[in-house]
Amino acid sequence: MTQSNRIAGGQIDRSQTFRFHFDGLPYLGHPGDTLASALLANGVRLMGRSFKYHRPRGPISAGSEEPNALVELRSGARQEPNTRATVAELFDGLTAQSQNRWPSLKFDALSINDRLNSFFTAGFYYKTFMWPASFWEKVYEPIIRRAAGLGSLTKLEDPDEYDKGFLHCDILIIGAGPAGLSAALTAGRSGARVILADEDFRMGGRLNAETFALGDQSGADWALAALAELASLPNVRLLNRTTVVGAFDHGIYGAVERVSDHLPVPLAGKPRQTFWRIYSKRAILAGGAIERPIAFENNDRPGIMLAGSLRAYANRWGVAVGDRTAVFTNNDDGLRTAVDLQAKGVDVVAVIDSRENSELLPGIRHLRGAEVTNSAGRLGLSQITVRMADGRTETLKVNALGVSGGWNPNVNITSHHRSRPVWREDIAAFVPGSGEIANLLVAGAAAGSLSTHGALVTGDEMARKALEGLGISAISAKLPKAEDAPVRIKAFWHVEGASRAWIDQQNDVTVKDIKLAHQENFTSVEHLKRYTTLGMATDQGKTGNVLGLAVMAELTGKSIPDTGTTVYRPPYTPVALGALAGRGRGHEFKPFRLTPSHKWAEEQGAVFVEVGYWLRTQWVAKAGETEWRQSVDREVLATRKSVGICDVTTLGKIDIQGTDAGAFLDKVYANTFSTLAVGKCRYGLMLREDGIVFDDGTTARMGPNEYVMTTTTANAVTVFRHLEYCRQVLWPDMDVQIISTTEAWAQFSVAGPNARNLLAKVVDQDISDAAFPYMGAGNITVGGLRARLFRISFSGELAFEIAVPTRYGDAMIRKLMEAGAEFDAVVYGTEALGVMRVEKGHVAGNELNGTSTALNMGLGKMVSRKKDSIGMLLSQRDGMTQADGLRLVGVKPANPAEALKAGSHFLKTGAAATAQNDEGWLTSLVYSPHLGHHIALGYLKNGASRIGEKMRAVNLLAGTDTEVEIVSPHFIDPEGERLRA
Amino acid sequence: MRDVNLKPITALGLDLPQVVTLGRWTLTERTDVALASLAVRRGRLADVQALASAAGLPLPPAAMSEQGAVYAAFWVTPEMWFVEAPFASHEDIRRHLLAAFGEAASITEQTDAWVRFDLVGPGLAQVLERLSNFDLAAAPSGTATRTVLEHLGCYLIKRSETLVSLYGPRSSAQSLHHAWVVAAQSVL
Repeated sequence: MTQSNRIAGGQIDRSQTFRFHFDGLPYLGHPGDTLASALLANGVRLMGRSFKYHRPRGPISAGSEEPNALVELRSGARQEPNTRATVAELFDGLTAQSQNRWPSLKFDALSINDRLNSFFTAGFYYKTFMWPASFWEKVYEPIIRRAAGLGSLTKLEDPDEYDKGFLHCDILIIGAGPAGLSAALTAGRSGARVILADEDFRMGGRLNAETFALGDQSGADWALAALAELASLPNVRLLNRTTVVGAFDHGIYGAVERVSDHLPVPLAGKPRQTFWRIYSKRAILAGGAIERPIAFENNDRPGIMLAGSLRAYANRWGVAVGDRTAVFTNNDDGLRTAVDLQAKGVDVVAVIDSRENSELLPGIRHLRGAEVTNSAGRLGLSQITVRMADGRTETLKVNALGVSGGWNPNVNITSHHRSRPVWREDIAAFVPGSGEIANLLVAGAAAGSLSTHGALVTGDEMARKALEGLGISAISAKLPKAEDAPVRIKAFWHVEGASRAWIDQQNDVTVKDIKLAHQENFTSVEHLKRYTTLGMATDQGKTGNVLGLAVMAELTGKSIPDTGTTVYRPPYTPVALGALAGRGRGHEFKPFRLTPSHKWAEEQGAVFVEVGYWLRTQWVAKAGETEWRQSVDREVLATRKSVGICDVTTLGKIDIQGTDAGAFLDKVYANTFSTLAVGKCRYGLMLREDGIVFDDGTTARMGPNEYVMTTTTANAVTVFRHLEYCRQVLWPDMDVQIISTTEAWAQFSVAGPNARNLLAKVVDQDISDAAFPYMGAGNITVGGLRARLFRISFSGELAFEIAVPTRYGDAMIRKLMEAGAEFDAVVYGTEALGVMRVEKGHVAGNELNGTSTALNMGLGKMVSRKKDSIGMLLSQRDGMTQADGLRLVGVKPANPAEALKAGSHFLKTGAAATAQNDEGWLTSLVYSPHLGHHIALGYLKNGASRIGEKMRAVNLLAGTDTEVEIVSPHFIDPEGERLRA
Repeated sequence: MRDVNLKPITALGLDLPQVVTLGRWTLTERTDVALASLAVRRGRLADVQALASAAGLPLPPAAMSEQGAVYAAFWVTPEMWFVEAPFASHEDIRRHLLAAFGEAASITEQTDAWVRFDLVGPGLAQVLERLSNFDLAAAPSGTATRTVLEHLGCYLIKRSETLVSLYGPRSSAQSLHHAWVVAAQSVL
């Protein structure tokens, strides 16, 4: 297709031609085009269908405020719905599809909604779909869900990468129009660290869309020169294609940089987008202004757009949207469109000016005191009806109409901390209120200075103000002479009529809907929004909100500021979830922690389980083992029979030193540690302040003023943080220093009857029972290498934990397996570890569940009352010490052949399965290969007195009801003879 | 003494430290540096300063690092430093420091608690800005800071405009290495 609407001029590169497709048809465009400008150049005005009525729609703007021209960009996994054609940068090979239509854009079956519009007024869904109630879930909701939404998702995984990052600057300048460039020149020349961000791929803002001169240059050329100077300054960073989407606390702004959106596919290794967190000391918002329409009947046809956009397409992109054009305006800026288009050779049929006394335009049919009352054209504008000042009506054949209802300063970001904008009658618009966003200044049109001169001057002023606050001497640029036309506007919002006049084109909100909201008393601005959907969806009411407010003000008889103000929230424009996620998805969702034996375990084909960030060996399957239980049972039996090795590096290890280390431990542990002999370990129980058990583990005294605490894997960080809090805040006068050594040592549990025999082949010291008794601890050597040995047991077997510096951990596991070969040593994983600890009756995470006391666990005597410790007092409060409270018990099925079900609750025989009859629950369940049946731990009311009682373990979700016997939690070696062997 | 000769591996699970060059940047795993924490016992700051001076061990001010003849140190929190020394001569660094400081300080071996990567090349801030909120460009040489990279608490030391040392949790060495490589590729 030829570019039939392409006219001379513009900032596109005509030396190159891009081929692209829209709805399967081929078109041509040039570098510098947007998808919208290229389609308009090819005579395509129809680009989408409206949300509710499926009305034909074309672009009404040339920027990110666009409510209509939303398309599905690209295809396959890269297809992106609801992309604004007005900001989609054209590239060779681009493909786009229209959306929210079936079967085609030109013939959309759901446009029947438009004929049934009286049923689809604002809030129709609140009043319909009410009866019968049973229809809601199965009938109404599925229908509504199918009809709702605009674009479609492919449900394919996004193949591209996204980055997140952090930038720092003295001054962040948002927007690179005349105000932003002026501010950046002053700030940059003065030596401040400046970031200048603009959402457009071509910086310059309206300077690229206007024909004004700045000094002896065109606005666009002046912008290019300014940008060249800024690019040469090492203290200035220019970020084009970057939208600042939100103002957050402490001078932090969020910004999305579209790194590769202008390319068919991102370059290798490059992200598609980067989400920047910008830390600024000062920020200057120079986001310009957004034009608003005037509502009249059928004002939504393709070909009707904002007057400033109509001339932007002509001036920047060399596109005449139509060959017969009219302009409908209530202000002088609309007249510029007519002048510029006529200068470009476009037939300007008439200017319809709602003002009666505006200055007459020479050489153009200027209809003062007139209004556009209606439009016609099936899939695009073909004529408008004009009511003249004298009441006559006239039909004008036009295929493009520019509408200007005035310009709204872009206050969006200034509202992000809930600051309310302030109404200025002289420009009939809201301007930013006194800022609640600390250190945010506003310049140019965003501040209500709507001339180019005003933009340049206020940009410079705000930069000087920011520099002064930073203590930097300002070096101002010499500002060029620029247009300084006053704003001449007579507020005019909508033309009265019987049919529908659109206010918010994206959500199909009309003047009638506002009237209905008023009639039904939804007059508050917040109610108005929610009742009519005004200002919702991708454009967030950038063109419609003020218009809607003004109409409501007319209806209520209040002023616009008294009617209310819209408070914009982040993000300024839609942000892809991928950009928010950055690299944090799939395998890169979080970092991994690998144990010292990971490499060896991988070689053995170990199955790993995620424990926080850690990857721990869950079990290691041997040849012929097809079920996990086979591997786990083998590991347990081999350990109890001879010896097993487990990597326990993940347990938290905290080095505690200082002359008050023992006294410190007495305070953080419920039991006493200051009396522990050097070279010995002790099991410790740590309580929260409310008396609930926080964590447990063994702590060894390595020297008079030196302890090594171990924590559970899960609580390694929280316990360390707790100790730091205690040390720094609770008892700052104690001489205690702590540091984590979790990762510094590769630590292995060696458990089983042959544990000592195995280790004796490796360590340099005598570790006989006499030399290294149960609960012994000390520094040893392994072939001369410094190491640590602890005689502690979680499995109930004779066991040691040996630690070497982590870099030697891989060699250590290999050495232990080599030395253990004669004992048939096995490595056991976390599953076997869990089986053995349940067999032994040790509590773990399932029992340390944040609601259990030491008494519940059968460890009540460990809470010493001879000293003060965290949680001691509150563990004794009413309700925590009942004699018949929950107690840890062992559980086994009455019939050993029967399986137990995790999550079961205890019930008396014959009792109904109700909450009132609940006697406790089963906390940990394993199959004990040693005993040949399931065993479990659980909390049971008055459990200590009910050993031998028969009960039922009932799981209503699983539908199981099993007779069980309550037994001691120590299934194996209750006297502890094995571990003391 | 048993005839047990344990052979170390690097944090990345290799026999030798890995060196990766990406464009103008080089990322090297450093296994030749021993590390220990040195925390002043209560009321013993003056003693520690005197003993450090005698041992030739610098004690830099807050947020700074300093290189001595044998020892280097960087500040981590009030009255606490991490001390670096050549691994070859100071593998058992705690023993060396205990000899120097006795009961005036609490000393803990930290060598294998961390992986150290040295990042060399011009414009390192371009890579780091994708990983950390530390303002590397504005920091003077010698700055040492605690920061978060890849969700992990790390130390960063700006030794010069073209050399940054990153200490991160050793167990997550592969994740940190991957994050750095990906960030560098984003910039190149």
